[in-house]
Amino acid sequence: MASKAQNKFQQDEQRRNADHVSFLKHRNWRWLKVAAILTVILSLGYALIDQEPRPNGGSWYGYTLGTIGLLLIVWLSLLGIRKRRPTPGSWSLKNWTSAHVWLGLSLTVIGTLHTGFQIGWNVHTLAYVLMLLVIVTGIYGIWAYATLPAGLSSNRKEMTRSDMIEALTAIDRQLESAAQPLDRQQSDLVIAALGQNVFYGGALGRLTGSYPGCATNRALKNMPMGRSGEEAEDRVTNLLTRRADQLGQIRRHLRIRALLEVWLFIHIPATIALLAALLAHVISVFYYW
Amino acid sequence: MVVQGVNLSRGGDRLSDLCKVAIVGSGPAGLSAAARAAALGMSHVLLEKTDHLSDTIFKYQKGKHVMATPSNLVLRSDFDFDAGKRETILGIWDDQAAGQNVNVKYNAEVAKVEGEKGNFTIELKNGETVRAEAIVLAIGTQGNPNMLRCPGAEHPMIQYQLDDPGEYFDEHITVVGSGDAGIENALGLAADDAQRNTVTILNRRDSFARAKAANVALLEEAEQEGRISVRRETNPAEVKDGELVLDTRDGQETIRCDRIIARTGSQPPRGFVEAMGIEFTSEERSAFPKLTPAFETTKPGIHVIGALAGYPLIKHCMNQGYDVIEFLNGNEDLKPADEPILKEKFAVLPGNHDVEHWLDIFGSNVQILEELSPLQLRELMLDSTVHAYNSGDVIFARNEPGSSMFAIAQGNVAVEVNPDDASVTVPIEQGSIFGEVGLISGRRRGATIRADGPVVAIELSRTAALKLIATSPGAARAVNRIAVERQLLQMFGSGLTAQDIAPLVEASEVMEIKAGQKIIEEGADDKDVFIIRRGSMIVEKNIGGRPVFLSYLPAGSYVGEMAVIDGSARTATVKAAIKAEVIRLPGEEFMRLLDAKPRIREKALADMAGRRELNAFIESRKGEFDGAVDMYSETAAFLVDQGLGEATDVLLIDEKLCIGCDNCEKACADAHEGLSRLDREAGKSYAHLHVPTSCRHCEHPHCMADCPPNAIKRGPDGEVFIDETCIGCGNCQRNCPYGVIRMDAKPPKKPSLLSWLFFGSGPGPGEASYSWRKENGDPEQPKQAIKCDMCSGIEGGPACVRACPTGAAIRVSPDKFLTFTKITEDVE
Repeated sequence: MASKAQNKFQQDEQRRNADHVSFLKHRNWRWLKVAAILTVILSLGYALIDQEPRPNGGSWYGYTLGTIGLLLIVWLSLLGIRKRRPTPGSWSLKNWTSAHVWLGLSLTVIGTLHTGFQIGWNVHTLAYVLMLLVIVTGIYGIWAYATLPAGLSSNRKEMTRSDMIEALTAIDRQLESAAQPLDRQQSDLVIAALGQNVFYGGALGRLTGSYPGCATNRALKNMPMGRSGEEAEDRVTNLLTRRADQLGQIRRHLRIRALLEVWLFIHIPATIALLAALLAHVISVFYYW
Repeated sequence: MVVQGVNLSRGGDRLSDLCKVAIVGSGPAGLSAAARAAALGMSHVLLEKTDHLSDTIFKYQKGKHVMATPSNLVLRSDFDFDAGKRETILGIWDDQAAGQNVNVKYNAEVAKVEGEKGNFTIELKNGETVRAEAIVLAIGTQGNPNMLRCPGAEHPMIQYQLDDPGEYFDEHITVVGSGDAGIENALGLAADDAQRNTVTILNRRDSFARAKAANVALLEEAEQEGRISVRRETNPAEVKDGELVLDTRDGQETIRCDRIIARTGSQPPRGFVEAMGIEFTSEERSAFPKLTPAFETTKPGIHVIGALAGYPLIKHCMNQGYDVIEFLNGNEDLKPADEPILKEKFAVLPGNHDVEHWLDIFGSNVQILEELSPLQLRELMLDSTVHAYNSGDVIFARNEPGSSMFAIAQGNVAVEVNPDDASVTVPIEQGSIFGEVGLISGRRRGATIRADGPVVAIELSRTAALKLIATSPGAARAVNRIAVERQLLQMFGSGLTAQDIAPLVEASEVMEIKAGQKIIEEGADDKDVFIIRRGSMIVEKNIGGRPVFLSYLPAGSYVGEMAVIDGSARTATVKAAIKAEVIRLPGEEFMRLLDAKPRIREKALADMAGRRELNAFIESRKGEFDGAVDMYSETAAFLVDQGLGEATDVLLIDEKLCIGCDNCEKACADAHEGLSRLDREAGKSYAHLHVPTSCRHCEHPHCMADCPPNAIKRGPDGEVFIDETCIGCGNCQRNCPYGVIRMDAKPPKKPSLLSWLFFGSGPGPGEASYSWRKENGDPEQPKQAIKCDMCSGIEGGPACVRACPTGAAIRVSPDKFLTFTKITEDVE
């Protein structure tokens, strides 16, 4: 009993001694090493084993490669389930991600060797192409995960998403009363700015960060630049500038988030398509044995 | 009434107005007392300052679920009480007060009490007087709101509370007070333009320093828009009909005013109570009146019960109301209602003795309990556990978390002082205490303790022990002396005896250090040595004109010995990271000890060498990697600012790795009944290192300070958790400086992950939206406090860390993380 408690304490102490290590470098590049060794062994096998009549998915070595590839693909796709099930146990999602990334990359070699470089217009090649599509989008994902988060953090400046929206609402309330003394044309511009949806712009705007129809910017362009002498106008210009800055922060946040997520819209459907194509590939292979 | 008066009059002397007992305050305690008096046919009057019963519960928000803990305590009262909605409970009490002929006098606020036992005169604010032979004070701890300090302070247009800001129209309203309550009232009154109120808020100072930043921002915004007139450095000078005269920086000014909301805080009832001649146990703010077992104060004839006596729970209050009237009625055999609980507690002890027997033994055998009255001892036992150990049993083991303190009622224990050799032990004898280091430092147990022969020991929970130390000066002195002695012995390891260090203990001094206060200043030539016994310190050195963070010293470390040993000036500055307690050892005494014990000197020299190396290392790096040292120093200062100095286990996110997927929050919610205990985005960051809003599991948790049912505890893995006895009062949420506790109702169970994945049923992984919870949940589910429990009992440890896909989230302890390598290491 006491020793069990002692073990738990030592485990906890080890955890409390943790350090920030990225998923790529996890456990001193463990999964990179595993993937590299796997790839090298299978490539050597491909080169050295004499496959008759020629290297092909249907030879015994081809079947071996195919089985390894299939098992890897099925297992890699289970990351989506693992991520959403915080069951007890000493698993770590970082460990899973690390393995997912490096073993997934090794599939480019394993899958290609499995084809025996025989490409054609058939369901087998469809599965191969889908696999490559999944891997290519995954490579983008690695790039995004490795480079974008720092920007997300510096843009946030300790504000949460709801803080940003609240800050905008506060500016809007002030704008509304400040715009009362303005003439018709100017107040219409302010009303248009206030009326425009914060999330206006659609998917393209989000990804590119370009919002040509932004009513706040339009209103700002039509206000007199510099100090006009009119107190009300200056106040509105000032508030519109603050509104544009706040919108800018929100939009930069959305853009980075979108760039971090956009690839998943291909990666995941392509994975599901890949699993379906693999099923067709396997059934057809056994059907026409 | 007339008939009654005639009946009770005797021989011309109008005894009718001298009742047996006057009960002040109609909360649960006062009501229950009045009900008992009514049931016994004792002449009584219940004085209530408002126009309704039980004002504290009356002021709860509508529909609040009131809890009835502790569940094992039997309710002994003529009134009923069970957990339920505020309205139901108040309704039952109103009915029962009427049905049982309780004599209530409403709008009867006591101004002054005069006279002696047998003939007290109670003067009310409205000028009436009430006479009684005895008084029971059941006034709670809320106190009265502070009045305005200017002529006209009694004017009827002044009110001290604002229930519904929506009910005032077309009025000129002035809010006095610059705290959150005042600001929130002013904002509420000015929120809707359609009410056409002219709202002014007065602030004595020129800034709103006492209020929450968010409230101040809203107020400034309202001021800019002209919705609220904010007057700074302004005081009310006089209240007149429809007008308020103001003292401003530029002289007096009169404004129109139809209503004044005064929110200038409230006066705790202590002053009022002391004015009657009642003594308190100490000067501490947390002290209670001195009481006999029959709740009588030092002023004969006046009794104190309920929250003011230190019992904040409704059931306790009601039982005491019953008991105090029984005592007044001459019932001396009444066993307290806690008898069955104590009986159950003591059942584990050998010999089948009754409760009295054991209380007697505890009171006479244990040194720190000597001063306690039987009532205090009983109360202490309610918060404590008793244990019987066989010879050789482990009472607690080294490195176990634990903040309770043990007292030995019978037998001896042995302390294993050497971690590598269990056979080296030091005895602690009957009557003494152990475990006090855990209590004071908040850190893990320093040694394993075994029973040496059969032992009966009392384990005082942290709350009980702190209460004991606060109320009994003798106990405080004894604990202190033992703690200093043991800390010295533990620090220097084996080979020293209590006699060796006796002069040092005698000369030592316990000092309280405020956060940021320096105990050692670089360059000074004082020679004292300090042991940090509570809190933590940081060591800084001035390099190139700037303070550079050198190291972090947790409780249990000592500092300052370098200067003693080599006679040099102080090489670095040591200051408190958080509020701390140190033991100051005079340098000469320390020197004498080292001279007598060469082995101790060796150990000190070895420690010194380690620190010297670190200093030299940082100084050498300073030249080469200026940026790295600055970065290290500033990041460490930031982390200490964020509460790492008092943390034991804290979540840190590296924002260079965090993709913002919130999987940590989702995993937290799914591992804990569907509510997340962390807010990833909120919280401060420095150089991409983010401290999210999540529990730090402090060494001395602020949340534990004021928990009526003592529901907040430290668990076996060091986690601070809240158990199911939580009554949802929200004290912990208010007391937590890091905002990590939320109040929420347990949500309904979600459909499984696969049915969400394939059929889209339910809200999916993570915390369900508020609307989903509201729609599918049980509306009767009470709101309780929830916080991180470090996923204790869940295999694999904290779900937030396990569920992070990129390695951004880690949980660390400050002593391990606040080091040069950890902080400056780059992440790839």
